[in-house]
Amino acid sequence: MATAPKRKPRATKAAAAKKPAAKKKPNVSKEELLDHYREMLLIRRFEEKAGQLYGMGAIGGFCHLYIGQEAVVVGLEATAKEGDQRVTSYRDHGHMLACGMDPKGVMAELTGREGGYSRGKGGSMHMFSKEKNFYGGHGIVGAQVPIGAGLAFANWYRGNDNVSFAYYGDGSANQGQVYEAYNMASLWALPCVFVIENNQYAMGTSTKRSSVAPDLYTRGEAFGIPGEKVDGMDVLAVKAAGEKAVAHCRAGKGPYILEMKTYRYRGHSMSDPAKYRTREEVQKMREEKDPINHVRDMLIDGGHASDADLKEVDKEIKAIVNEAAKFAQESPEPAEAELWTDVYA
Amino acid sequence: MATQILMPALSPTMEEGTLAKWLVKEGDTVESGMIIAEIETDKATMEFEAVDEGVVGKILIAEGSEGVKVNEPIAVLLEEGEDASAAETTAPATTAEAPPAEPGPAATGIPALPASAASSAPDEPDLPEGTTFKTQTVREALRDGMSEEMRRDENVYLMGEEVAEYQGAYKISQGMLDEFGPKRVIDTPITEHGFTGLAVGAAFAGLRPIVEFMTFNFAMQAIDQIINSAAKTLYMSGGQMGCPIVFRGPNGAAARVGAQHSQDYAAWYAHIPGLKVVMPYSAADAKGLMKSAIRDPNPVLVLENEILYGRSFDVPDLDDHVVPIGKAKIWREGTDVTLVSFGIGMTYALEAADELAGMGISAEVIDLRSLRPIDYDTVLNSVKKTNRCVTIEEGFPVCSIGNHISATIMQQAFDYLDAPVINCAGKDVPMPYAANLEKLALVTTAEVIEAVKAVTYR
Ligand SMILES: Cc1ncc(C[n+]2csc(CCOP(=O)(O)OP(=O)(O)O)c2C)c(N)n1
Ligand SMILES: [Mg+2]
Repeated sequence: MATAPKRKPRATKAAAAKKPAAKKKPNVSKEELLDHYREMLLIRRFEEKAGQLYGMGAIGGFCHLYIGQEAVVVGLEATAKEGDQRVTSYRDHGHMLACGMDPKGVMAELTGREGGYSRGKGGSMHMFSKEKNFYGGHGIVGAQVPIGAGLAFANWYRGNDNVSFAYYGDGSANQGQVYEAYNMASLWALPCVFVIENNQYAMGTSTKRSSVAPDLYTRGEAFGIPGEKVDGMDVLAVKAAGEKAVAHCRAGKGPYILEMKTYRYRGHSMSDPAKYRTREEVQKMREEKDPINHVRDMLIDGGHASDADLKEVDKEIKAIVNEAAKFAQESPEPAEAELWTDVYA
Repeated sequence: MATQILMPALSPTMEEGTLAKWLVKEGDTVESGMIIAEIETDKATMEFEAVDEGVVGKILIAEGSEGVKVNEPIAVLLEEGEDASAAETTAPATTAEAPPAEPGPAATGIPALPASAASSAPDEPDLPEGTTFKTQTVREALRDGMSEEMRRDENVYLMGEEVAEYQGAYKISQGMLDEFGPKRVIDTPITEHGFTGLAVGAAFAGLRPIVEFMTFNFAMQAIDQIINSAAKTLYMSGGQMGCPIVFRGPNGAAARVGAQHSQDYAAWYAHIPGLKVVMPYSAADAKGLMKSAIRDPNPVLVLENEILYGRSFDVPDLDDHVVPIGKAKIWREGTDVTLVSFGIGMTYALEAADELAGMGISAEVIDLRSLRPIDYDTVLNSVKKTNRCVTIEEGFPVCSIGNHISATIMQQAFDYLDAPVINCAGKDVPMPYAANLEKLALVTTAEVIEAVKAVTYR
């Protein structure tokens, strides 16, 4: 397996850990903006390619794309430090790329090949990386939330200042185990950032049709957990909120809830015709709120980059993704003996 | 270079589809993300977006064409400035085809277990003379079964995730919201433990809920309410309070959906006194058993199968086609060996019986249909005739339905057996995602044939 795409070290990463809270808009550097741009674009292009490979039959089963939500995970990863953990649902490709996992290994898992992160045995919904503290990839809606609290429990138990990020959707927010996890996390002041990726739909059910109180960030109130609503299409807003939440957790003050208002452009999975919303609604989001265009505009308007510079970045990313797709199709299927391995440690 | 646009796979089970409509014509410029066609899959009409940009050079498959195979070229896309003649010389895009799987060894464990839960159901009534049949998919038959019972009894209602406005995640409840309205076809939040408990409460109070689990994998969130509340209350209340409820949804492996979405729960639920469990194979049985399940005063699990949803069968064209719970069905009579299966396992059993006939082995094929209660008599009578038995199921091999059938045969028909019973089952591993490994993990027709050869000493 080759190495991950080159990532510039983030000057802000370590600083974020000590800074208590970002009150005003952070003074963002050109490097940072370019970093965010690059990482979001990698996710976007990767997902487009995955969709294409699914159409060709090279990827099977369920495949849930993250297109539209890129700013959430990229903004939050910018606040993480070495040793922090993350866990999420089946809509997980973006999270893996953002925490630095190799696009080749992710794509090869999607095609079910030996070079995949789970050696082809997990698939799109079930991937893990011990090295990157990525704890999956969970197919059961809501199951990752108590697991995220458990990762935080381990940090609390060991007395380190790491935090865990537990990502879940607006639909998952209605599972009972979420509230069981809230209660325990608050009771023991566990350093867990609960990240609700509110993309406004759970399959075909809009949040309006599944909950009377649509402000999901307030749902920790009864447990004494502070919560905040964030523009999840704006990577800088995500990062600022993330810094505040992470600082709260690292300081031993217990969990924090971030509700990211975001949007998925594609269907729930590749087989969803998405008839529950209009083309216009999707188009409007794409045109007015696209997280990548937003950063692109900041780069150009701020004089940080020219069209030609960004075309160059585009090309770089395309090359990484094409290489990943090639690797994922050329990597052999797992050996038949693999059927019987890993059932027990 | 010109590229071919291929017929996309737009669902885990799609093998072919209808190219319903082209939204572009030859000569049009397309951009990535633009909708270029509408494609009907086995479940829905999907919009198909262009991935690459270019000019439509040639449309290869006309709109309205049915049965277009996945990966068949449907159009040619030219790069800007490229001549249409380039359309003639494109190479097809590569696709990933898995090599055929080698059959592995069959499982042969035969633990002894006491027999219980015998069926005393009346025989299935013969169909009235002159009954005609209509061809229906299992999907349509399940919906008709539910709808007929909802017309008959206003206490029956359907609840679950995406059952109403979305028309069912697997389109089983298509049209039901329109007919019965939002009070009787209810979309729930994603909260299985909660809505299952709520439905059990409603059943205690005399309603007759049908609870759809999007798949039975998610019923694990709710299994406490199914077993501790629904199954045991009649007994715990000294017979005062029962729980007339149906839990239904797809069970078992679909295609390439990985370990957390591919499990057969037949043996789990069949284990529980107080529950009834049916697992239909054909559309006629799906409908008839669904109707019986809804009318039954007990909690009944209807274990469906996603891969079978789209298969067509003959269904009796009757006003009230009911199949009794607890009666097996002999699909094929034979003299040399008894094959016992249920649900999708029947596909392998029937395929194997066909092939075995060609080898001069006559197999009797029994579809249990009900897993609790079980129609032991039909199985035992057959084994007394053939003296050999192979069971086939998709679930894990340890504590399987096949194990239980074997134990029963050993206890009740030991002297008739000429060979140990062999259980063909899924492999004892979580379901892998990789195409080649998934094939190895599932039970196959080849394994059934090997097992039959072993018990017939061929
Ligand atoms: C326990 C459980 N119930 C149902 C499902 C089927 N399912 C998969 S995703 C999903 C919708 C989840 O929506 P949300 O939490 O908003 O996440 P999103 O897909 O929008 O990222 C459902 C119902 C499941 N995987 N697990
Ligand atoms: Mg959602």
